[in-house]
Amino acid sequence: MYDIQEYLTATTVEEATALLAAHPDLTIIAGGTDVLIKMHHGQGAKARLLSIRGIQSLQGVRLLADGTISIGPLTTFSRLATDPVIQEHIPILAEAALSLGGPQIRNVATIGGNICNGATSADSAATLFALNARLKLESSQGERVIPIQDFYLGPGRVDLQAGELLTALSIAPEDYRGYSGRYIKFSQRRAMDIATLGVAVLCRLEAGGLLADVRIGLGVAGPAPLRCPPAEEYARGQKITPETFAAIGRLAVSSTRARTSWRASREYREHLVGELTRRALADAIARAGGPGSI
Amino acid sequence: MSCTVGQSVTRVDAVAKVTGQAKYTGDFMFRDMLVGRLLRSPYAHAIIKNIDTSQARALPGVEAVLTYKDVPQHKFPTAGHPYALEPGHRDKADRTILTSKARFAGDAVAAVVASDELAAAEALRLIKVEYEVLEPLLTPAAAMREGAPLIHEDSPRNIISSKGYELGDLDAAFQEADYTFTDELETSIVQHCQLENHIACAYVDSDGRIVIITSTQIPHIVRRIVGQALGIPWGRVRVIKPCVGGGFGSKQDVCLEPLAAVMTLAVGGKPVRLELSREECMIDSRTRHAFKFHIKTGVTRDGRLTGMHIKAVSNNGAYASHGHSVAAACGSKFRVLYPMPALKYEPCTVYTNLPVAGAMRAYGSPQITFAVESHMDSIARRLKLDPIEFRRRNLVQTGYVDPIDGNVVRSCGLRECITRGKELIQWDTKKARYQNQTGSKRRGLGMACFSYGSGTFPAGQENAGARIVLNQDGSVQLQIGATEIGQGSDTVLAQMAAEVLGIPVDSVHVISTQDTDITPFDTGAYASRQTYISGMAVTKAAQEVRTKVLDVVREMTGIPVQALDIKDGDIVYRHSGEAVTSLAEVALHSYYDPVSARPITSDVSNNARVNAFVFGVTFAEVEVDLPTGKIAILELYNVHDSGRIINRRLAEGQVHGGVSMGLGYALSEQLLFDEQTGKPLNNNLLDYKLPTIMDVPDIGVDFVETLEPTGPFGCKSLGEPPTIPVAPAIRNAVLDATGVPLNKLPMNPQFVFEHFQAAGLIQEGGEA
Ligand SMILES: Cc1cc2nc3c(=O)[nH]c(=O)nc-3n(C[C@H](O)[C@H](O)[C@H](O)COP(=O)(O)OP(=O)(O)OC[C@H]3O[C@@H](n4cnc5c(N)ncnc54)[C@H](O)[C@@H]3O)c2cc1C
Repeated sequence: MYDIQEYLTATTVEEATALLAAHPDLTIIAGGTDVLIKMHHGQGAKARLLSIRGIQSLQGVRLLADGTISIGPLTTFSRLATDPVIQEHIPILAEAALSLGGPQIRNVATIGGNICNGATSADSAATLFALNARLKLESSQGERVIPIQDFYLGPGRVDLQAGELLTALSIAPEDYRGYSGRYIKFSQRRAMDIATLGVAVLCRLEAGGLLADVRIGLGVAGPAPLRCPPAEEYARGQKITPETFAAIGRLAVSSTRARTSWRASREYREHLVGELTRRALADAIARAGGPGSI
Repeated sequence: MSCTVGQSVTRVDAVAKVTGQAKYTGDFMFRDMLVGRLLRSPYAHAIIKNIDTSQARALPGVEAVLTYKDVPQHKFPTAGHPYALEPGHRDKADRTILTSKARFAGDAVAAVVASDELAAAEALRLIKVEYEVLEPLLTPAAAMREGAPLIHEDSPRNIISSKGYELGDLDAAFQEADYTFTDELETSIVQHCQLENHIACAYVDSDGRIVIITSTQIPHIVRRIVGQALGIPWGRVRVIKPCVGGGFGSKQDVCLEPLAAVMTLAVGGKPVRLELSREECMIDSRTRHAFKFHIKTGVTRDGRLTGMHIKAVSNNGAYASHGHSVAAACGSKFRVLYPMPALKYEPCTVYTNLPVAGAMRAYGSPQITFAVESHMDSIARRLKLDPIEFRRRNLVQTGYVDPIDGNVVRSCGLRECITRGKELIQWDTKKARYQNQTGSKRRGLGMACFSYGSGTFPAGQENAGARIVLNQDGSVQLQIGATEIGQGSDTVLAQMAAEVLGIPVDSVHVISTQDTDITPFDTGAYASRQTYISGMAVTKAAQEVRTKVLDVVREMTGIPVQALDIKDGDIVYRHSGEAVTSLAEVALHSYYDPVSARPITSDVSNNARVNAFVFGVTFAEVEVDLPTGKIAILELYNVHDSGRIINRRLAEGQVHGGVSMGLGYALSEQLLFDEQTGKPLNNNLLDYKLPTIMDVPDIGVDFVETLEPTGPFGCKSLGEPPTIPVAPAIRNAVLDATGVPLNKLPMNPQFVFEHFQAAGLIQEGGEA
């Protein structure tokens, strides 16, 4: 039995932002797979919920004329995984989507909820970081668009200001065209598990077998998802050699802020960052038509 | 000859369960049913100085608030064991309903009965408890320390018992040995995680008796213990057990029922439902005892065991529950596997401020089998002996008599199980293939054996009851005291009745609900006893009905009984199969003959004073990812000697379930507690790594069907055993793959990685 005081619904963004402006204590609920779990554990008692599930405009994936891919925050992970635009242009996001929960959860859990929940372990986050995703936030006062990296403030904390609703996630053509990628979710179970580490690597090759660009997004390597600038900078223009892999793995670790908890030790997490970054990069290179292993 | 025994007949409850019609405790609805909830201590060890319930009582919707001051404080035991006439054999009575001293983080210190869950939850928040916090004792070592505070006043050094045994002359055995080996091995605290959480619903009926509908494995024992806990005559309690969604031993214990009883009494007998959440269930039902073993073994040059010395420390948690009997069973059921000249078992069961350990599938055997079978492989490796050959040199033979309990090995298909397992996994071929591996992924093969019992005799009494009524149409009702909890006992018992009576299995209507007012006495579902022990009662009851039926036929026709048989619902001549009459005719006659009418029934009890050893093996092939520490199971086979298999499909189901439980035990499951405070860290299914269906590989199952002379139709036990040898087989496969002995469970990635790192198997910056 949930302690729900009130349950409002909106069918348009305007309606939702108006309700949020009028009732600042409303909690947005999309798929509810985080909200309800938190309530089950005693957080958010006497909640007043605003369901946005009826807002059609927030559903689905669109390929815009300029090549931008726009993802509605209400897109479920099941839909994301099978969406033709995602599969053709950013299959790494479909791979990440399929790593989440199990089929039942993927049928209701939304990508917007995954991001707005603010968890470092969110399975779409590392990939969206690597893709340089941008978030569109709307309120009755107006809208703003920010890089996903700026959205995460700390564990469970995101830059969602009072009255704001996430209305789109977008990926620019230059951020995905020519890239291939690999998401590795490292967890103890093959389904229904939280990542011990999530590693998303995107790479583009250039003629002559060099790495043109590498982008690395990590989940659970710090209080929020993060990128690995030193490793990425180093990678640009490097030859694909064991030394390059070793250096990228090592540099990736330097960007992390993993800590020891009863779930895993810092040493182990850092070891995994190096190991799995190398593996994800190797797979991404193979998918780009480069040498699969070296 | 047989028509149903040995066939994979469909479960008698299959349709009811898949259509959702089967009624579980949570499906019982009563008008104005109230909700019970428990307030739990946040401290692992604390004395209650004061409880103020006034605000909670004043909350609208709250009907009762109870503390230890409001409920009987009779000390009672909770283990699902038969009552012992001799006081010295009784389970330890160390509990009261609601406590004045919290002994683990989560111990129930107050209870609320309210109109709904939200009011109950709010009321819990309003109860003010003042605690005097004591030092939490979280390990047996801490609890046994000189001067440690006592968790229970009457147990010096917090030891429940340390009774063991010694066979033969250990010193002489070690003298005779060419080598001795020692190992330290350790298992973790795990939880049953059965589908259906603990739940009970209680009310007072119009006769003033307390009725408790409960998800239990042991309804008759629940009645006794509720009587003891409340200090009322046992007959004033009625316990009803509807469909149960699994128990694995967690419900071979009395967890909720005395509380549910005092809750209904507190609200004038109105129905109260007390249901634990998963999070509560994982700390306040039961867990599996974590054990630490120290083993020393003497071996001759040619691989014969001369003697073994096992020291075992068992972490029992806050209350005795099954207590030392788990350590005792642990030390007795394995020892038949490798009879040796000397064996000394020194167990010690210790109270700690952790959740209560109790019965869990195979009751101590997974722990000791992990230890001994891992130790055996480590010895074989050090002796450069093939681990299978080493075991073969020491295996038990048919005819062996256990020197302590007198149980006899009357059937033993263990050698055949090993041979079959080797074939299935292609042991020799793969062993050759996996020599001299390099690289970051390594494969290996491992195996482990086990022995186990069928029921508890002679440690426990093995009484079972069955009742059969022949209906007018020739079908029967079968009523048994044995409890169906998902394992399929109703189905195999129906098969046995059908077989003896010569009727199709769908003519046997099993009354699945146990109700202590009307059900024959049987202590319940545990110790893998139903098919073997309750099966004896059922065949006895069916034989009695059969005899009565044939007597009526003789009266009707004059044909002597020995010339008659019952086949597929017809009475036939034994020699030719020619039909004489139908069972339905005989049944009608038995009901309505003007002179001799006496409906045919039987009502029997069977006190089995016998036990049958079962054996089996797991063979596993693993692939180890060295840099991450992940172990993947490539192939796994369990081969069992459980005597004659009554229903192969159900038997395979038991093996699938048992193996997946064993896999979780081996690789991922472990309840964790804060090392300072003893607070649970992962009592939920996100953080407690119960394997999902995606994590369980295809499980190969086979049976070596021996004929056990004491078992009904030659059967022996199978319920618990499949889980026993899984973890050591995997551990031995990892040893084979990497040369690294992992002597602690679970072998989760970080733990494995750290051991590989220590063994120098990890190269930093490694290969991509
Ligand atoms: C069994 C189970 C397994 C799970 N497994 C995984 C897993 O493997 N990996 C993983 O990453 N997660 C997992 N989760 C967590 C959860 O499913 C995901 O985070 C999911 O994406 C949340 O989406 P939702 O639509 O259900 O969010 P909700 O619960 O509806 O909302 C989550 C948060 O986001 C806010 N919110 C939602 N939409 C918007 C919006 N458009 N604008 C502003 N705020 C918004 C809500 O207010 C809330 O704070 C699991 C959960 C469960 C119950």
